[in-house]
Amino acid sequence: MTNPALPALLQQPAGRLDLLPYAALLDLSFERVDGELQLVMPFAETLIGSPGRLHGGSIGGMLELAGLLTVIATQPEGEALPRVRPVTVTVDFMREGAATETRAAASITKLGRRVVNVHATAWQGSRDKPIAAAHINFVLDWPEK
Amino acid sequence: MSDFADQVSQFMGPFVGRVPHNKQLGLRFIANGSNWVELQMPFAPHLLVDPDHGIWASGPIITLMDTAVGMASMLTRGAFEPHATLDLRTDYVRSPKPEATVTARGECYRMTRQIAFVRGLAHDGDPADPIAHVAGTFMFAASKLASGWRA
Repeated sequence: MTNPALPALLQQPAGRLDLLPYAALLDLSFERVDGELQLVMPFAETLIGSPGRLHGGSIGGMLELAGLLTVIATQPEGEALPRVRPVTVTVDFMREGAATETRAAASITKLGRRVVNVHATAWQGSRDKPIAAAHINFVLDWPEK
Repeated sequence: MSDFADQVSQFMGPFVGRVPHNKQLGLRFIANGSNWVELQMPFAPHLLVDPDHGIWASGPIITLMDTAVGMASMLTRGAFEPHATLDLRTDYVRSPKPEATVTARGECYRMTRQIAFVRGLAHDGDPADPIAHVAGTFMFAASKLASGWRA
């Protein structure tokens, strides 16, 4: 099951995501922008895949976390939380990831009790020029009652 | 193996682990053929998304597989040419065992003038019992077509 501290954290206006070790590795934080959960990944040399460009895997990893956290943020506080796990993740890469800050946000296409379909987008500077987008299907594993 | 594949084994293989983000995740080169490559990522606590339950994040697996199939497409191309991932789909068949070393095998099964079609799998010890499958495409600049490569 999901760490119960997460949904409460995600209700804050901003914060770091160090509860998730891989998010800490990417130095991720989040901000609520007009109610939307946005992840922020500052540029770091450790994110480089080929000279001057972000590794596609770091962008894919960020998109998946944007989806995961958007799903977790929809879960009611105080209730038993499901474990949220991605089953299929499809990433389209549209533009090179430059050596600058990257943002990502996700929208839920369908929120079911067992399956959640999510679309996540990553951009740098201008949101209407996404660098990558992902379609993710999450399965929710509910704790035994 | 071709001369190019030998060249990759000697020079590019060891270089993979020095690419900054690969180094951060601990990727290492294991072996390659003329159209495939095998890489490994040993367990590390920072690869997890849920440390309380030992659950891996998806991102490191994507990075590992993207690197493996990207190298496989370059091997099949037969030249060091700039290329970019067009898309990559990952199916998580099951969770990796806690603290396992993940092995990735990526191959390029079709090369056209501009597009490399790739697939791969990741396992935690037994290739017959994979943890993830991937399929994807890479884009090459057709103008920089390697000499000697056939359609």
